[in-house]
Amino acid sequence: MITLSENLLYIAFVLYLLSIPFFGGAIKQKKNLDHQQNSSKWATIGIVISSLGFASQLGFFFTRWSIAGHAPVSNLFEFTTFFGMCLVGAFIIIYFIYKTPLLGLFTMPIALLVIAFASMFPTDISPLIPALQSDWLHIHVTTVALGEAILAVSFGAALIYLVKVIDQTKNSKSTTWLEVVMYGLIATLGFVIVVSAFSFADYKAEFNWVDKNENEAKVEYHLPALVGPNQGELLTEGKMEPLVSVPGIINAKKLNTVIWSFGAGILLYGLLRLVLRKRIGAALKPFTKNINLDLVDEISYRSVLIGFPVFTLGGLVFAMIWAQIAWTRFWGWDPKEVWALITWLFYAAFLHLRLSKGWHGEKSAWLAVIGFIIIMFNLVAVNLVIAGLHSYAGS
Amino acid sequence: MNQVKCDCGHVNPHGTILCEACGKIIEDGTQITAEPVIDMRYEGSARRSQTYNKSIIDKVWNFFSSVKVGVWLIIVTLIASSLGTILPQEMYIPTIMPVAEYYEDQYGWFGRLYYDLGFHNLYSSWWYLLLIAAIGVSLVICSLDRVVPLYRALKKQRVIRHESFLQRQRIYGSTNDPVNDQSFELVKEQLKKKRYNIREDNGNILAEKGRFSRWGPYVNHVGLIIFLIGSMLRFVPGMYIDEILWVREGETKVIPETDGQYYLRNVDFKLEVYDKETDNEAFGDALDSAGMVAKNYQSDVILYKTKGNTVAGEEPELEEVDSTSIRVNEPLKFEKFALYQVNYKLDELSKMSFLLTNKSTGKTFGDITVNLNDPEKLYELDNGYSVQLMSYFPDFEFGEDGNPTTKSRVPNNPAFVFKMFSPEKPEGEVSFVAIQQTIEPLGNNEYKMAFNGIETKDVTGLTVRKDLTLWIIGLGGLIFMIGVVQGAYWNHRRIWIQRKGDEVWVAAHTNKNWFGLKKEIQLVLEGTEIKEPLDQLKENQVDEGEKD
Ligand code: HEM
Repeated sequence: MITLSENLLYIAFVLYLLSIPFFGGAIKQKKNLDHQQNSSKWATIGIVISSLGFASQLGFFFTRWSIAGHAPVSNLFEFTTFFGMCLVGAFIIIYFIYKTPLLGLFTMPIALLVIAFASMFPTDISPLIPALQSDWLHIHVTTVALGEAILAVSFGAALIYLVKVIDQTKNSKSTTWLEVVMYGLIATLGFVIVVSAFSFADYKAEFNWVDKNENEAKVEYHLPALVGPNQGELLTEGKMEPLVSVPGIINAKKLNTVIWSFGAGILLYGLLRLVLRKRIGAALKPFTKNINLDLVDEISYRSVLIGFPVFTLGGLVFAMIWAQIAWTRFWGWDPKEVWALITWLFYAAFLHLRLSKGWHGEKSAWLAVIGFIIIMFNLVAVNLVIAGLHSYAGS
Repeated sequence: MNQVKCDCGHVNPHGTILCEACGKIIEDGTQITAEPVIDMRYEGSARRSQTYNKSIIDKVWNFFSSVKVGVWLIIVTLIASSLGTILPQEMYIPTIMPVAEYYEDQYGWFGRLYYDLGFHNLYSSWWYLLLIAAIGVSLVICSLDRVVPLYRALKKQRVIRHESFLQRQRIYGSTNDPVNDQSFELVKEQLKKKRYNIREDNGNILAEKGRFSRWGPYVNHVGLIIFLIGSMLRFVPGMYIDEILWVREGETKVIPETDGQYYLRNVDFKLEVYDKETDNEAFGDALDSAGMVAKNYQSDVILYKTKGNTVAGEEPELEEVDSTSIRVNEPLKFEKFALYQVNYKLDELSKMSFLLTNKSTGKTFGDITVNLNDPEKLYELDNGYSVQLMSYFPDFEFGEDGNPTTKSRVPNNPAFVFKMFSPEKPEGEVSFVAIQQTIEPLGNNEYKMAFNGIETKDVTGLTVRKDLTLWIIGLGGLIFMIGVVQGAYWNHRRIWIQRKGDEVWVAAHTNKNWFGLKKEIQLVLEGTEIKEPLDQLKENQVDEGEKD
C-alpha cells in the first residue's frame, strides 16, 4: 500500500514533466493565444497529461491518508507536495477559464520544482503529536496550501509578463532582477540535484562536535562538508574534511546544504548561459511572443484576488480558531504566525496599490514575484531556520 | 457650504468633480484633466479629503485618508513584524537565567543589541502598538472619506450621461450606421442573460451589475476595526483571564477567578506515547528515527460547583457538575471558562514513609506516612511510641545563614525535623532527615527514622481561560471575510448604450478586470449592428493613480 502510494506520486511527477513540452509546442503552433477558438491539439494533450498527473497525485494523497489515518499534511514533505498539487490544480482551473497553454509552460516547472524539493525531506509517515490531533489540521493546512497555490499562479503569470515586457536588448535593473529570480529557481533545482546525487551515492560522514552550550554531540552529514561544525572531528574514514568550521550558534549542516545548493545553482546557471549565449530571460522571451500582455496581467491580478480571501481564511481565520482550541489563545506571535501575517499584509498592500494607486502591469508583476518569495520564505526558511511551535521536524 | 448646480439641473455637493447625475465634468477650475480618460475613482464625487485643506483637522484627516499613507503604514508594520522573528521572543525563551543574560549568552553581541532595542518584546512595544493603532485610525478615516460620497454618486446616477462623460470612458465607441430597434431588444436580452440590471430612459440603456461589490472594501474595513476593538478590550478588567492551575492526582482545588464557585479534582493524569507494536505500523520508520513521540496528554477530572453560600473558612459543600477528560485540543468548558491541558509533571513526590527504628537492635516500632502536601503534626504509634514533626521543608536547601529553608512549597526535595518519643526517651530525640542524609543535632540518638518508601503522583498543569472578547473578534473576522469575498469575487460593471443624434454610443466601466468586461461586451453586442467599443488605454501602460 505504501509503495502504491509512493508510485502514484512518481507517476504524477513524470506526467507533469511530460506535459511541459506539449505546452511549449502549443505556443510555437498557435498565433492568437488569447482566442480560445483555435486552442491547439498540443495544448489539449498537455492539459490532459497534467490532469492525469493531478489525478495520480490525488491518488497518492488519499492512499497515504488512508494508510496514516490522518490527512497527509503533517510534515514538511507532505505539506510541500500538497502545495505542489494545489498549484497544478489551480493552473488547471485557470487554464479552463483563460485557455492559456503558456501559463502551463511556466507553472508546471514551478510545481515540479516544489514537489522535487519536498522529496528531499524525510518521507516517513509520521504519527500526530497531541497538538496536531484535530480536524482543524486538515481544514487549516489544506486551505492555506490552496490559497498559497493560487497566489503562486499569480507568480507564474507575473513571470510571463516580465519576460515579455522587459527589454532584453540592453542591461537594466529589470533584466538583472529577472535573472536573480531565474537563478533562484535554478538554485532550487541545484539543491534537488545535489541532495539526490549524494543520497544515491549513499554519502554519510559523521562528526563529533561541541554545541553552543558546550555539550558534545554527533551529527551526520549527507553532503561533503564544506563547512564543518564547531570543533568538528570527522569520524567516518575516507570522507572529506571540512574547509572551514563555524561557531556553535550556527547550524553548520544546514549552512553547508545552502552553500552546496547555491554553488550548484551558479554552476547550472553558468552552464545555461554558456549554452544559450544570452540571459535566461532573453532565451524565454520568444515563447511569450504571441501572448497578450493585458491577459497575463489580468490572470496575475485575478489569482491574487481569488487567492487572497482563501489565504486569509486558511492562514489567519482557521489558524486562529485552531490556535484558540489547541494552544488556549488565537494568536501567539510564533514566527510562523507572524510570517502568515506578513504575507497577508503584503498582499493587502498589493491590492491597495493596484486598486487605488493604479499599479498595473510591470509594477504589479514585480509585486506578485515578491509575494511568492515571501510565501516560499515562510514555507522553507521559517520551517528550517527559525524554529517555533509550527516547525515540522526537517532535516 | 456652496453647492454646485450642473447644467443638467442636479445640485452637487461642494468639491464634486463629475456631476453625480449626468457625469459632466464640473468646471470649477480645479480638476479638469487633460487626459483622454477621466478618473472614475469614487465616481468623481466630493470627498472631504480632496476638498478641504485648511485647519489642522483637515490636515490630519487628509493624512490618514490617503491610501499612500495607508500602504506605507502597512509596509512599515510588515517590516517591523519580521524583525521580531529574527530571534525568539521573550515568551518563548526558557526561564533559566535573566532575560538580558540569556540573549547575550545565546546570541552574543547581536543578542545583546536585540535585547537593548527592545526587540525581545517587539509585539507589545509602544511603537508597534502605535503602528497598529495608526492603521486602525487610517481605516476609519479613509473609509468615511469615501463611502458616503460614493454611495451618493451611485444612487443619484441617471441613465442618460453627458457626452463628455461617455467619450472619456476607458471603453468607448460609436456606431454611425443606423441601428434598428430590434438590435436594441437583442442587446437587452443578451444583457439580461448576463444578469445585468437594465434601466432605460428614452431608448437609452444603462446596464449595471455587481454594484454591491463596491461596498466590499468598506465592509471588510469595518470587520477589521471590530477585530481591532475586540483585541483592545482584552485590557479591560474582567474581560480576559489567563491563569495556570496545577492539580495533583487525587487533589481537589478551587479554580482561580471563579469566586470560589468552582472546584476541580484531578482523578488521573495520563501521558501516552506511540508504540510500534500496537499503533499503526506505518509509523514504524518515523518512530525509529524520532524515538519517543507523545500520543496523548490527558487529565481525567471532576468539576464541582459549591452548593449554597459558604462562610469564609468553612469547607464548602461541593456538587458534581461534570466528570470528563481534558486533552490537548479538547478543553473543558463551563460557563465562560475553559480549562486547557498545557503542562504536566510526572511522578512528583507525594508521600514518604518511615520506620521508627532502634539503631542498635534494628527493631522497628511501627511506620508513619507523611503526606508531603499536607503533613500532620503528630503521628501516634502503639505501645507508647510517637513521632512529632517539628519542622518540614518541602523543597529543602541551606539558606545563606546556614539554616535549612525551603525554596518553594513543591515537595521536590523534602526534609524533616522529627522528634521521636519512646518509653526510654520520654523527652524525645531530635533528628533531621533529608534525602540521603540524617543529622542528629543534639548528640547521638538511640532511635532513627528509617526511610521506608515513597509514593509519587502526577501533576497536571491546566490553563484557566476566560475570554469575553472572542465573539467580538470572531464577528470582526466574519465581517472581514464577507467584505473581502464581496469585493474580490464580484466586480461592478456598467455599460451605457445611448443614442446621441444619429449615432449609437457605447461606453463601459468596471472597477477591475477590464479584460473580462471587454469579453462580455463582445458577447452582448453579437448579432447587432452596434460596433464593439475600443479600449482607449491600449496595453495598460498607463498609471491611473489617485492623486493624493
Ligand atoms: C491591514 C489592513 C488592511 C486590509 C487587510 C485592507 C483590505 C482591503 C481590501 C481587501 C480592499 C479591496 C481591494 C480590492 O478589492 O482590490 C481594500 C480596499 C481599500 N482600502 Fe483597505 N485594507 C487595509 C487597510 C487600509 C488602510 C489603512 C487604508 C487607508 C488609507 C485603506 C484604504 C482602502 C481603500 C481606499 C480601498 C479602496 C476602496 C474602493 O476603491 O472602493 N485600507 N482594503
